Amino acid sequence: MANVEKDPVSGTNTTGHEWDGIKELDTPLPKWWLTTFYACIIWSIGYWVVYPSWPTLNDYAKGVFGTTNRLEHAKDMAAVAQAREAWTSKFEGKDIEEVAQDSELMTYARAGGKAIFADNCQPCHGAAGSGNKNFPVLADDDWLWGGTLDALQTTITYGIRSTHDETRISDMPALVADETITPAEADQIADYVMMLGGQGGSDAGKTLFDDNCAVCHSEDGSGNQDLGAPRLNDGIWLYNAGKEGVLAQITKPQHGVMPAWVGRLSDTEIKQVAIYVHSLGGGQ
Amino acid sequence: MNQATTATGASDVAYNEDVVRKFVLAATFWGVIGFIAGTFIAFQLAFPALNLGLEWTTFGRLRPVHTSAVIFAFGGSVLFATSFYVVQRTCRAPLFGGKVLANFIFYGYQLFILLAASGYVLGITQGKEYAEPEWYTDLVITIVWVAYLVAFAGTLMTRRVSHIYVANWFYLAFIITIAMLHIGNNITLPVILFGGESFAKSYIWASGVQDAMTQWWYGHNAVGFFLTAGFLGLMYYFVPKQANRPVYSYRLSIIHFWALVFLYIWAGPHHLHYTSLPDWTQTLGMTFSIMLWMPSWGGMINGLMTLSGAWEKLRTDPVLRFLIASVAFYGMSTFEGPAMSIKAVNGLSHYTDWTVGHVHSGALGWVAFVSFGALYYLIPKLWKRERLYSLRLVTYHFWIATIGIVLYITAMWISGIMQGLMWRAYDDLGFLQYSFIESVEAMHPYYVIRACGGVLFVLGALIMVWNFIKTIQGDMRVEDEFVAPQSAAAE
Repeated sequence: MANVEKDPVSGTNTTGHEWDGIKELDTPLPKWWLTTFYACIIWSIGYWVVYPSWPTLNDYAKGVFGTTNRLEHAKDMAAVAQAREAWTSKFEGKDIEEVAQDSELMTYARAGGKAIFADNCQPCHGAAGSGNKNFPVLADDDWLWGGTLDALQTTITYGIRSTHDETRISDMPALVADETITPAEADQIADYVMMLGGQGGSDAGKTLFDDNCAVCHSEDGSGNQDLGAPRLNDGIWLYNAGKEGVLAQITKPQHGVMPAWVGRLSDTEIKQVAIYVHSLGGGQ
Repeated sequence: MNQATTATGASDVAYNEDVVRKFVLAATFWGVIGFIAGTFIAFQLAFPALNLGLEWTTFGRLRPVHTSAVIFAFGGSVLFATSFYVVQRTCRAPLFGGKVLANFIFYGYQLFILLAASGYVLGITQGKEYAEPEWYTDLVITIVWVAYLVAFAGTLMTRRVSHIYVANWFYLAFIITIAMLHIGNNITLPVILFGGESFAKSYIWASGVQDAMTQWWYGHNAVGFFLTAGFLGLMYYFVPKQANRPVYSYRLSIIHFWALVFLYIWAGPHHLHYTSLPDWTQTLGMTFSIMLWMPSWGGMINGLMTLSGAWEKLRTDPVLRFLIASVAFYGMSTFEGPAMSIKAVNGLSHYTDWTVGHVHSGALGWVAFVSFGALYYLIPKLWKRERLYSLRLVTYHFWIATIGIVLYITAMWISGIMQGLMWRAYDDLGFLQYSFIESVEAMHPYYVIRACGGVLFVLGALIMVWNFIKTIQGDMRVEDEFVAPQSAAAE
């Protein structure tokens, strides 16, 4: 079967084997191929010498560069921290109002706050605080817990209905579910709330509102930021808009949760992001 | 001439072509399903509303349907079909185990595909990429795979020629290594054995970084041995057959075979750069990937150079064009792969669309194209037709699919590199410049382009299906011969 013959096209001999009509040429290995292959092997051996490589029974070759991913990472992070040090040290001794007086620090705080906001707050509150369904808009002046720098810093630090001991917390009662009022009365109150916001409705439920709601939301529906009681007379709704949405909140309210950021963000970072949120359009 | 040698081969040996025909049809069917699934999930990434708000149709569940359909259902069926065809002819022996074993393998494999796919849609998964099927599906495929090894190795052992052809080395390496990888990566404890309520759920023996390393030892070598070694076996038969030229270099085929199978198995850790995987393991994964470059290219050289002296056939033979373009894509992907395994490059490319583009230049350009070439070769042979229904349609398929691939991989290069750069961009004051969501928004146009590339690829495959149906029916479209430009000018 070994019939070596010369291939007329390439002038190379075949190996003399044939399978289903397929023959093979006895071409030597291409030089460039072999050279590159050796070069890759030699380069790899060099890499093994300088970086961590082959394992031994209970250890591994450390490499003469004496470096690891973790060391490199620590070095990079230290360099970043050092570059920021000049700025962050200035934040530490100052409270947030003092920072706001320093235009240089403010520039830095807004830039840093923007990056912090984008990675931590934006998923719920939207780009530039534009809000999402069930998550408040931060770019208007309708604040649940206050829009001053101090108030924002407190909200961000401790969160709302978070697991932190000092969390902000408010608890709209489930008036209908608790049988404090009847569904018919809830309907009247909802109509009155619509009227307070200038969105139609009627005043038949005024007395019911004054008796059951005004203690937190005020008689004119202007709310109370100390209690986290939302303003009801501006036509801005956190949950579903319109009378149906209001009725749902009176009957069996939803309560949003915002995590506490202390421990996750540094004190300086919280100041930065509070200043950024303050600058979005609704800061007080 | 091909027909002549095939005819003499067929005259004295009763080849089992029935199982090859079955797998060819299965490959064609699953290919179309897999390409459509891929295109649909590509549109889901661009337009999330297409998740349809149903748990069964979310991207997370349909993605493994796509990957398993193209890799295991389409690619696997192609490998079964071609390995059974090639091993019989190059050994001049009928398939070992007879019709019963062959049919067991065919129906067993289709059962595996259906069990796997139905599990994905219902949310039954191990959560290991390319190894999603749970333990009961894993057991089915293990049995089928052992039967496959028996049929293939049995045919080799009963061969009537003295030497084993190179294609069969690659097929055998693929079969043995996939068995080893599959078992090693799927050692699980079904909870039902320990009083658990779920029939399907199981837990892998290893956890943490050991499990991750086992998974990518498997995952990378699924690429290496399923999608590379297996399809190189295919290439080593169909390229010289279609070109009607001898294989370029026997010595190169030996050296690159052994170098490839030895080096590939180490390369998995490059999927876990900059993770909790120990540094030394990352180093070995990276360096072995670099050393793998030339052994991979050995296959490309042998494929392309087999055409030396027959280059003009590329103008007149669109089937050969599929095969040779696939080898070119193979060369490109096996250069890109080692480059991406370098840690500095990987720091940019990892977790981005660049990886997705790289996979698809290999999957669409290499695996699918070389498969199309083999299928176009096999259909007329298996159904005893003089030729395909239409070579013009093969040309349309080739160009439409090629444009689809180019759209796909260029879109993913741009979006992947952009993504990587956006993630690491710092502003003047040392703050990250972009949020993650901004990088997602920036991807949108490229996701649309990618999905359009997928549409073209599906369209090409449907043209192929039409061509197959007409060929099997025995129709032959009257067409002018392809004429090489020189001879046309000479007239």
